[in-house]
Amino acid sequence: MADTANYPTRKAEEWRYSDVDALQTLDLAAINDWRSVTVAAGETYREFFHLDKTDDVELHRLRVQVGDGARCELFAVNAGSQLGRVEVEVTLGKGAHFEFGGVTLGGEQTTREFVTRTIHAEPEATSNQTIRAVHWGRGVGNFLGRIDVARHAQKTDAAQDFKGLLLERGAAANAVPQLEIFADDVKCAHGATVGQLDEQARFYMAARGLSPEESRKLLVRAFLADAFAALDDEDKQGELLDQALSAVGEKL
Amino acid sequence: MLKIENLHAEIDGKKILNGLSLEVNAGEIHAIMGPNGAGKSTLAYVLGGRPGYEVTEGSVTFDGQDLLDLAPHERASAGMFLGFQYPVEIPGVSNVQFLREALNSQRKYRGEEPLSGGEFLKLAKEKAGLLKLDMEMLKRNVNVGFSGGEKKRAEMVQMGILDPQFAVLDETDSGLDIDALRTVGEGINSIMRTPEKSVLLITHYQRLLDYVKPDKVHVLAKGRIVTSGGPELALQLENEGYETVAA
Repeated sequence: MADTANYPTRKAEEWRYSDVDALQTLDLAAINDWRSVTVAAGETYREFFHLDKTDDVELHRLRVQVGDGARCELFAVNAGSQLGRVEVEVTLGKGAHFEFGGVTLGGEQTTREFVTRTIHAEPEATSNQTIRAVHWGRGVGNFLGRIDVARHAQKTDAAQDFKGLLLERGAAANAVPQLEIFADDVKCAHGATVGQLDEQARFYMAARGLSPEESRKLLVRAFLADAFAALDDEDKQGELLDQALSAVGEKL
Repeated sequence: MLKIENLHAEIDGKKILNGLSLEVNAGEIHAIMGPNGAGKSTLAYVLGGRPGYEVTEGSVTFDGQDLLDLAPHERASAGMFLGFQYPVEIPGVSNVQFLREALNSQRKYRGEEPLSGGEFLKLAKEKAGLLKLDMEMLKRNVNVGFSGGEKKRAEMVQMGILDPQFAVLDETDSGLDIDALRTVGEGINSIMRTPEKSVLLITHYQRLLDYVKPDKVHVLAKGRIVTSGGPELALQLENEGYETVAA
């Protein structure tokens, strides 16, 4: 059981890479405030997050109960506050689907993070999470993704894909996949890579006339686009990408 | 159009070019041949401005400008095209998007109006047709999943679209089968064989020169031009090998 009487510390797995000092500016009630959403069987729930404030902390904690055959789709641009954190706990019914696409962006000494817990409580549910992190300065991007598969949740198909792109030395990205699987007929795929801009590609692009700023922008856009590829609304995809790219701002 | 004088260049402190001099006039196609490790690709990269290649001595003048003073993207905008021996894959960026941005970026640099999406697609279709490259390929990501031959043809489509004054083609013939070699050769001729344009063809073999007739052939060995001649020099090299001719 989570400790709600005290401020979180980095000893807790889900706060390990967080900026717990920034949390001191919130009162405990605000930190422990979880919003609940219930998605009825067969329904689709979609929500967008855009964190772009300049506060100390922007914290979203969301618990979603996804009914049988229902879908929950969350897409997030996390580019605000000293600590920007979106934490989601999703419990999936039979044949339900959870889609999560998120990007973290930030420089200076900011921390932006996604913490997800996906509970495959019933058989045949699917989940797909795609996270991209672009950081510079001493910015940090975190993704902590826990997946629980209950003993009888056979035919679970869960996927997590994290990629970090560090534009400057000093920035960091942390990915922590955590799988707790009690069923035996399941697919759980996860991958995590962290890298820098491809210098070969940048020279190739320069040789065709693109300035360093233009090639960086094209490459960062292509990198981020994966996170929103599952969204079946091209205009909204473009809007999210524009939000994300504007956060990278003068770094592009 | 291009004048290289006493060029010395190194990479990681290792000297590769040792006093290379070469002049290519407008309307001419020059071939540079030479054994492995002679410095052929280094010459191409130095002309393109690849980071890591340091010029320690000499000069390169392009169209009256100091080429070495320009950033890589400025060289491209000034009319220089570098055809890569190993074209680079760019996941997530389509050929159409990449080339339209590149072309409009060059046009902006030269003070010209950008092409609209429709105008660009018309141009791209025309050039792809010339190189027998399916337009669908241009909708895919840059070079991702392309075969060796497709990459080289795509390079030539890029050249057709960007319409440079001067092209440095680094082993554009490697990895091509006989039919693709002819297509690429014809592409080079139709795009670049005009009185205003010039080409520097870097190649190991004579066979591309059957399709693209050079005005001059140079042999590069140990970082400098050791001998120059007409097209017959390429045939002599093919028959006698580099060791005899470049000795």
